[in-house]
Amino acid sequence: MACMCGHEQGLQKYLEPLEQILSNYAREERYLVPILQDVQEAYGYLPAEVLREVARCLNISFSKVYGVATFYSQFHLQPRGRNVIKVCTGTACHVRGGGEVLEALQKELGIKSGETTPDLEFTLETVACIGACGLAPVIMINDDVHGRIGPQDVQAILSSYRRPAETEVAAV
Amino acid sequence: MTAVRLNELKGSGPQPATDGTGKPRIIVGMGTCGIAAGARKILQAIMQEVESRRLDVLVTQTGCIGMCQNEPLLDVQLPGGPRITYGNVAVKDVPRIIASHVMGGRVVEDLAIAQFAEGKLEVENVPRYDELDFYRKQHRIALANCGHIDPESIDEYIAAGGYTACTKALTEMTPEEVIAEVKLAGLRGRGGAGFPTGLKWELTRRTPSDKKYIICNADEGDPGAFMDRSILEGDPHRVIEGMIIGGYAIGADEGYIYIRAEYPLAIKRLEMALKQARERGFLGTDICGSGFSFDLHIKKGAGAFVCGEETALMASIEGKRGMPRPKPPFPSVSGLWGKPTNINNVETFANVAEVIRGGAEQFRSIGTEGSTGTKVFALTGKIANTGLVEVPMGMSLKEVIYEIGGGLPSGAELKAVQIGGPSGGCIPAELLDLPIDYESLQEVGAMMGSGGMVVMDQSTCMVDVARFFLRFTQQESCGKCTPCREGTKRMLEILDRICSAQGREGDLELLEELGQHIIDTSLCQLGGSAPNPVLSTLRYFRDEYEAHIRDKRCPADVCAGMSAPYEIDTESCIGCGLCARLCPVGAVSGERRKPHRIDGDTCISCGACAEKCPVHAIAQGA
Repeated sequence: MACMCGHEQGLQKYLEPLEQILSNYAREERYLVPILQDVQEAYGYLPAEVLREVARCLNISFSKVYGVATFYSQFHLQPRGRNVIKVCTGTACHVRGGGEVLEALQKELGIKSGETTPDLEFTLETVACIGACGLAPVIMINDDVHGRIGPQDVQAILSSYRRPAETEVAAV
Repeated sequence: MTAVRLNELKGSGPQPATDGTGKPRIIVGMGTCGIAAGARKILQAIMQEVESRRLDVLVTQTGCIGMCQNEPLLDVQLPGGPRITYGNVAVKDVPRIIASHVMGGRVVEDLAIAQFAEGKLEVENVPRYDELDFYRKQHRIALANCGHIDPESIDEYIAAGGYTACTKALTEMTPEEVIAEVKLAGLRGRGGAGFPTGLKWELTRRTPSDKKYIICNADEGDPGAFMDRSILEGDPHRVIEGMIIGGYAIGADEGYIYIRAEYPLAIKRLEMALKQARERGFLGTDICGSGFSFDLHIKKGAGAFVCGEETALMASIEGKRGMPRPKPPFPSVSGLWGKPTNINNVETFANVAEVIRGGAEQFRSIGTEGSTGTKVFALTGKIANTGLVEVPMGMSLKEVIYEIGGGLPSGAELKAVQIGGPSGGCIPAELLDLPIDYESLQEVGAMMGSGGMVVMDQSTCMVDVARFFLRFTQQESCGKCTPCREGTKRMLEILDRICSAQGREGDLELLEELGQHIIDTSLCQLGGSAPNPVLSTLRYFRDEYEAHIRDKRCPADVCAGMSAPYEIDTESCIGCGLCARLCPVGAVSGERRKPHRIDGDTCISCGACAEKCPVHAIAQGA
């Protein structure tokens, strides 16, 4: 259906990164997981319109794509924060007080595990094991691992990821 | 590439731990643990120092040497001198080490923790690695190069004897001979159940097919385990070499390394290693002039623990939901895209080259009759020396924990050792003389698993630990079969109520019955081993469960809602009101500047008030 509001054009532009991604792969089902990984990298999450387009291009059903997207914990159907905090809840971290670190983070950010702050700055989640057990308790913010931390360190660590106040003012 | 050319290559690369370059070498430990402990800042400081002093030195990196508690680590080696390791290095120590050791030739003794044994000149007052308690009893095969060589340099791997086994297998042995050697060596799968590797290869070799695959399972998802990550980060070529030999043995021309996306550094190093191996002709067509062609791909996991199960892993590579399917048919008959497929774990592949290079007899001489070779463990929890250790099979738990691990920190008393992660079990202190081999561990209700070894003391509640592992497997249950999906959920509910003082008589028997049913009827080993942590703690720590149910008491004082409420000492309370504001359940009342009180029925004993009270007037009641 021809739409005069520019939506079609907007969608086309929106799907441009996807076109780029798909050009790197043969259009076969076996590449679904890596394609979704790239989509999430480009869009920050897996938007429904993009998933529909992936299904169309790989010639598989949308439900199959949705099934895979919801099966793996790495994939997200909702937008995520600029910084993603992963709190390790592995055995070693559990034994060494990882739970208290998580509590401190929840308190400091005012969100629960699995949620994103309203300003889309931080997403807080737990992971089973980061694999740095020798440094327990451990959290990972984006690609940085912070080890041997306690609840008292949380504020300082978070502030190093917040945008500096000046730039915010400047942006306004 | 022939063996002769390989020997020539050996001379051309930088020699690890010797003075091959003629320049002083500074080597930084850049595994994930090292980086987390601040290795990048150390590296920056070194670069700055080197630049400002215009030094002619070689700054390089290495993987994890296993001493996590001493990270960040930094090695210095002068031409002709021994390689000295400095531990717990801070940025401020860097100028001192460079000025004194690199420029002045004087070892900074207060920071040095060890020296490599290979050096000709030894420094007094610095122990050799093989004199350190942590290393003396270790026997390193899979970890032999980790922390020694630069994992991003194929030359260093070759100089350390790498790719000779692959050349030998491909040019001097038939696939059948390779399989016979691996069988004779008694190598068993290091990923969990301990299935004989040679037999697995033979089954896949025997299935006739135009196409076969070999897969490396690097989906190391067990909480508390990080040996596969360390091997891949510290010595990726060793795993690749093992896979080439395995591919040759079973007749596969293509392989996959299925690795967790949570291991970005390991993925990066693998990608580099694959590229280098292709450039040198160890991957591609007609490898070593043998006519055998083989190549490898990396497949990143997307976060599903069940994908460590081999049929689920293959479904995931095929682009589907990673759910297991019934066996038979086994992957050796019908695996990836219906073709015969062989799957081994990272550590298993890391042992293959040694079997071929040194021969089966030499490999057999390590370990026990039924469990040959070594096993890598991630030693963590309440222990003095946390880190990666590789020990001969058959060593007792006591030796690992007290002689290598240095025992527990002062004051702590060992209560249990958890082995094998969510599939394993808790071994009580009285069984510490148990030799570590596949069968002995199975007998006591634990499992080799992937090799997590978590030491627990009196402050750990065994019911809480069992609940922790079960919650993990419950969340990771893929939902395909009923016993695992529903059964683990019901078990978790029972544990939840036991931990919150709601336990009932008969709960323990119900847990045992349910657990046994889940083990017997689950589709795959995720469900088939999920009840192990619960059943093993029930077996050895039943009294703790009973205390939770009958006395509504948590002996380790871990389970919230079971410990005594907090009380305010009205004499010393200044009525600041901080506790009332902090209390998450509103149990504190009182007027400003007058003594406050805590409602014992509402208090959940979280201790938030006591922690912040400016006059320390709050304490837990008797």
